[in-house]
Amino acid sequence: MFNKIKHLALASSVLSAVVIGIASPVYAEKILRYTSVADASTLDPHALNAQTSIMVASQFFDGLVMRNPKMEKVPALAESWKSLDENTWEFKLRKGVTFHNGNIFNADDVVFTIERTKAATSQMKGYVNTIVDVKKIDDYTVHLITEKPNPVLLDQLINVFIMDKEWSEKHNVTVPQNFKEEEETYAVRHVNGTGAFSLELREPDVKTVFRRNEKWWGHAANKSNVDQVVWTPIKNAATRVAALLSGEVDLLTDMPVQDLERIKSHEKLQVMQTPQIRTIFYGLDVKSDELRSSNVKGKNPFKDVRVRKAIYHAINIKAIQKVVMRNMSVPAGMLIQPSVNGYNASVDENRLPYSVEKAKTLLSEAGYPKGFSVQLDCPNNRYQNDEAICQATVGMLAKIGIKIQLNAQPKTQHFPLITGRKSDFYLLGWGIPTLDSGFIFDYLVHSDGSWNGSGYGSSETDAKIEEIRGVVDPSKRNAIISEIWANVNADLPYVPLHHQVIAWGASKNLTIPIEPNNMPRFYWAQLK
Amino acid sequence: MISFTIKRLFQSVLVMLFVALLSFFLFNFVGDPISNMVGQETSHAEMDELRDRLGLNDPFIVKFGRFLGDAVQGKFGISYRLQRPVDELIVERMPATLELVFLSAVIATVLGVLGGLVTGLKPHSWFSKFILTGSLLGVSLPTFVIGILLIYIFAVTLNWLPSFGRGEVVDIGGWRTGFATVSGWKALILPAITLALYQMTLILRIIRSEMLEVLRTDFIKFARARGLKRWDINFGHALRNTLIPVITVTGLQVGSLIAFSIITETVFQWPGMGSLFIQGVQFADVPVMSAYLVLVALFFVTINLIVDLLYFVVDPRLRSDLKGGH
Repeated sequence: MFNKIKHLALASSVLSAVVIGIASPVYAEKILRYTSVADASTLDPHALNAQTSIMVASQFFDGLVMRNPKMEKVPALAESWKSLDENTWEFKLRKGVTFHNGNIFNADDVVFTIERTKAATSQMKGYVNTIVDVKKIDDYTVHLITEKPNPVLLDQLINVFIMDKEWSEKHNVTVPQNFKEEEETYAVRHVNGTGAFSLELREPDVKTVFRRNEKWWGHAANKSNVDQVVWTPIKNAATRVAALLSGEVDLLTDMPVQDLERIKSHEKLQVMQTPQIRTIFYGLDVKSDELRSSNVKGKNPFKDVRVRKAIYHAINIKAIQKVVMRNMSVPAGMLIQPSVNGYNASVDENRLPYSVEKAKTLLSEAGYPKGFSVQLDCPNNRYQNDEAICQATVGMLAKIGIKIQLNAQPKTQHFPLITGRKSDFYLLGWGIPTLDSGFIFDYLVHSDGSWNGSGYGSSETDAKIEEIRGVVDPSKRNAIISEIWANVNADLPYVPLHHQVIAWGASKNLTIPIEPNNMPRFYWAQLK
Repeated sequence: MISFTIKRLFQSVLVMLFVALLSFFLFNFVGDPISNMVGQETSHAEMDELRDRLGLNDPFIVKFGRFLGDAVQGKFGISYRLQRPVDELIVERMPATLELVFLSAVIATVLGVLGGLVTGLKPHSWFSKFILTGSLLGVSLPTFVIGILLIYIFAVTLNWLPSFGRGEVVDIGGWRTGFATVSGWKALILPAITLALYQMTLILRIIRSEMLEVLRTDFIKFARARGLKRWDINFGHALRNTLIPVITVTGLQVGSLIAFSIITETVFQWPGMGSLFIQGVQFADVPVMSAYLVLVALFFVTINLIVDLLYFVVDPRLRSDLKGGH
């Protein structure tokens, strides 16, 4: 008897399963397949200050503030904010937000995150180093106290991703990875954020699968119909493009410039382009008394502004734009790009014109009618066509008598030359995550700047740079910023080349806004 | 025999030590790992602090001593790039490389022996000439060109096979295999052919020339005179005599297949040890590089050791030499 009932029950459940299977339409998941050149080293949002890591973190996590596709600051986990006095900011937090594991988000998580970001092993310290105290007022109110007025606090907070306190304590990841302890921390391959996507699968260097977080607070404001994102990094450029051409991926970043036309002309593919927040330029050692690699002894030709101007005039930037960059660049007259605060369009428009004659005259006036020799240090795996830009420059400078020994090498060897101030003449590119000139001043213009390989700087400029760190009033601040730029653009310790243009290749079925910071946000993606 | 083995073992250890020393010395020139680990916008103080924490400021001999001590215990530290223990990474990546190398070795041996036989037995037929000309491409075209060519034909144009990756893998007791799924096999075909091509050509040409040589010898003529069947002569006598050098070469080539797989893995984004290494080089990921180099050296030394010992077994002349006194 029981057996019969059991059979009956089984049969009916099988039957109903079949019926349901037939009745409900098969829902095809929208899967976005994405490829880029490299994987993120870690999923820990505070362990590494690198573009790929931040791109990944922004899918899983939210900051207090985020940017919309127009790059404007909009509320994220903080619903609103105001400054109570010049050093205190009050943030009202969003209610009803949960982490992927179901934990409730509240002020404790914010306090915890700021402290974690300030930890000795954190690489994101730079974004929070002005914050001296975090106070929990109630569960959904937090006060951030800065050491002195910080005009770019909100911009910095965009890259500070909120982690779950309970989860971090449970898995013993209350501080970011410490390399000295020879073990992997839980947060390198596991994620618990509040963001638009949760982590479904993580195989470093091979595959990462993002799953749509249906409970995300931001779905109303950020429209996306993507259920799943499969990210497979492909190192080799030709293979990466082949994967797009053969329809194995829908979106490709890190596009090789030579394949642009080919993808454009493909019937099922599209190319998106936008100027990147990164400017490429040459740095000249304007400080040393003698150049290390030059045949001019006893003095440093680069100390003379006429020589720097001569080099500027001698570079045919239009030719580089057309031949080397295949129009994937915008000639630059200053070191920042239009979306950065402090940009002045007229400087870009009035960059010194290409003129071999003028360059030669300037060199003669400076006392080098026959030119001189110098070594040019150049990276060969960092920027778009970096080595080719340098090669083109070698020929252009030869026309005015400057003989270049080109030293092109990987960034791992190139960058220490700059940070160690051991290069006479080098290529560098600079991006600005905070979208404010103060960032580049701190690193490249201040005489103590860690990436100021030119040695440029004066006590007056240094004082101005230190001053704007604490000026909140925008008009007063911007006035000082433009003063500093006027000095830099006249002194030319850096010869500007161009702003990089980024291009993404995608299937025509995909719409996703292309961003100047080169980070696709999957929560803005629409798949047909 | 025992003294011979001990001597060989001792030499192998010396070679390993030398490789470790050399590779470690070279790491001084790969650049500064710190600048990769911290991104462009980190201050000098932070970089110095990290450098200190990693022990990069210690003198060479201290670093090398620490490395040797850890390596003997199978510890290679934590990867700067992936922030995970290197031994774990290598164990994770090894199946991909070994499966690729295994299939390539099979393809190279089977097709190489067959091609060698055909071209050796009928050296003047148009088919043999076709194979020989084709095989010339195999040796003269660089691996990455062949790989990209195959991708453009079979992935982009024909859309038959995937252009990258390993397809779906199945975890069998920690060994992630691509042999268990259709997509895994499909993904394996192009890289395996790419990797096999050079070795195949080599085997083909050795067999061919050996066959031509052996077929001219007296004992084959005598076998013909005895009226043996053509099949028995070709396969029972001629081919058997050509196989000794082939076995030696094939054995050694397995080592170079592992080494060569770096390029193939890069072209096909094959998640093996080779691509782990090459990304490590670009990142100045010293722990990964040193572990990989030591491992590959270990493979070579082991294979060499086995081949040496096999010679000893196979070749009676070596044994009589060791007795001394002649």
